[in-house]
Amino acid sequence: MPRLFHFHGGLHLDGHKAESLTRDLRQASLPGQLILPLRQHIGDYNKPVVEVGNRVLKGEVVASNASLICAAVHAPTSGTVSAIGNYPVPHPSGQQDICIVIDVDGEDEAARADIIDPRNLDPEELIQRIRRAGIVGLGGAAFPTSPKLSRGKMHGVDTLIINGVECEPYITCDDMLMRHYAAEVIRGSGFLQQILGPQTTLIAIEDNKPEAIAAMQQALTDHPLPDTEIIAIPTIYPSGGEKQLIQILTGKEVPHGQLAFDIGLLCQNVGTCVAITRALEQDQPLISRIVTCTGDNIEQPGNWEVRLGTPISHLIEQAGGYKNAADPYLVMGGPMMGFALSGDSLPIVKASNCIMVMHEETIPHAPGYHDECIRCSKCTEVCPAQLLPQQLYWHARAKAYDRTQDFHLFDCIECGCCSAVCPSQIPLVQYYRAAKSEIRAAQKAHFKSDRARARFEFREKRLLLRKQQDEERRRLKREALKKKQAESGDGEQVADPVQAALERVRERKKAAQEETL
Amino acid sequence: MLLAIFTISLMAGLFGLILGYASIRFKVEGNPVVDQIDALLPQTQCGQCTYAGCRPYAEAIANGEAPINQCPPGGQATIVALADLLDTEVLELNAEHGEHLEVPMVAVIDEQTCIGCTLCIQACPVDAILGAAKHMHTVIADECTGCKLCLPPCPVDCIDMVPEQQTIDDWKWSNPLDQLELVQDA
Repeated sequence: MPRLFHFHGGLHLDGHKAESLTRDLRQASLPGQLILPLRQHIGDYNKPVVEVGNRVLKGEVVASNASLICAAVHAPTSGTVSAIGNYPVPHPSGQQDICIVIDVDGEDEAARADIIDPRNLDPEELIQRIRRAGIVGLGGAAFPTSPKLSRGKMHGVDTLIINGVECEPYITCDDMLMRHYAAEVIRGSGFLQQILGPQTTLIAIEDNKPEAIAAMQQALTDHPLPDTEIIAIPTIYPSGGEKQLIQILTGKEVPHGQLAFDIGLLCQNVGTCVAITRALEQDQPLISRIVTCTGDNIEQPGNWEVRLGTPISHLIEQAGGYKNAADPYLVMGGPMMGFALSGDSLPIVKASNCIMVMHEETIPHAPGYHDECIRCSKCTEVCPAQLLPQQLYWHARAKAYDRTQDFHLFDCIECGCCSAVCPSQIPLVQYYRAAKSEIRAAQKAHFKSDRARARFEFREKRLLLRKQQDEERRRLKREALKKKQAESGDGEQVADPVQAALERVRERKKAAQEETL
Repeated sequence: MLLAIFTISLMAGLFGLILGYASIRFKVEGNPVVDQIDALLPQTQCGQCTYAGCRPYAEAIANGEAPINQCPPGGQATIVALADLLDTEVLELNAEHGEHLEVPMVAVIDEQTCIGCTLCIQACPVDAILGAAKHMHTVIADECTGCKLCLPPCPVDCIDMVPEQQTIDDWKWSNPLDQLELVQDA
């Protein structure tokens, strides 16, 4: 076992994982209707490729886009497209977005799969098949997997890291996944090795998941992979963050403004590995995922394998319903990085790892009031990105956004450690998120105004050029006329061209009049 | 005494020559302040400031001919940035020139009514209208700056200004401070 390193700060949190681990993984039943947002990833929008009234089969593409930073959406079961329009989606804004609604027919009829032995395919073809399957990173960020692999391959990857850490409290979907699908995780890691050709592969699991570690060890013994090791890492939040995990395993830090593959590393979540295995071995696109449904306001917390697009209310029904239906408070993700949902009609999407069902009254509510900063510097002690949260807070609060960038605001991973330890209960991360949004909006406006300036200046140049060309043409014409006059020698004959033209018109009119008479 | 006068005159002449040479050798083309001001203006090219575009307005500000509060699309943020750059007082936006809209507008051509006269194409300062004579025209929404200069020339009044479509990506996290102030006010 290699030497492990530490990252700065971090927190030991109450796991709250036992609640959802007492029951085994279950398959959620099919709901009557599935709502599929067109964009369930970070990147460009998909365009629907089906129309209202079309019958779709399980695994058929319903929306796609030729853009590289994009992941197609597939029908999770067979049914009829009943609507394409705006529906509320799980997003911190609580806003609506374009969705395809499928009325489920219950037959679960699958489209024909095109199964090829993936061991004979070259890396490019494997990446193409992963792209076709619409796979995104299932750890929570939902970045499309195929461009990540392409860029990783381009940069060269020495160390492949498989992330089974799952450090955030309450969430147990990856733990459950490793217990049940360990063999698929290992085979998926094998495919990633086939694509990237790393020298070593490290599978990291937090040491609070002994069953998952045992299952993975067994799977690795059954299907041995070259230079692959399963590493139990100490339980500390946020060890599952990509940059923190890299630091624990290799001691390297990802430099400011760079990504993991710039230093020869690539991380993939264990859930993504399973999705890759299914896509390559069975030509099955990403149409379901394991979701933890837990919290203190749900009858039977547990893990379910859920088709994408299933309304959260259906999942809650499977879990025995609310304990107290009067004040449910729903969060997607965990207590540290998750966000509140506006209701239970929203669908499960590719990024939904956990649905927390809490009592409204037990939630420490988003601001309205907080105490002043007492400069205790606890936030600095726990910040895993080694930032100065206090300085960031002052500048974000003063809306001095350029100063926040001097303090590396964009290196903040929004893990929530600083907010959690703040004795004044300042919602620090909320301040940083607001500052990030403002900076991004300003950058977007700046980009647009630069384009407008370029187009305006180009138009001015074009108009000027046309004016010059017109003048040049007129000048040449005048010169030619003068030359002609000089040649004819007699100035009188072409004395007045206007007069001559008028004469001609008069004659023509006269002729016309005579004709009519 | 004489030697001192001679020495000083010689030095003065020498430095004069050096400065004269430097002013030719290191001459700055154009006015850099104009570029800096122009970079802060929103580039809508709408002419609401009474100048024929953002750059002429920038030149007028640099020459001290125009105050900094005549740009409605830029709003208060632009005025603050200009005041910061020029080290002058922050002014209120001059309402005579128009009001600042939170959500920018874009032009939309009603393609049923358009007769293809090309007048709007000629009016558009950023070439954001596509079309040809006696063929339908359309606005490239991503390039439109919302300057409204295409509205007056249209003979059939088929151009409307609509708020720019806001997607989920345009949504911003709210600043807790704003909510804090609300509570304190209450």
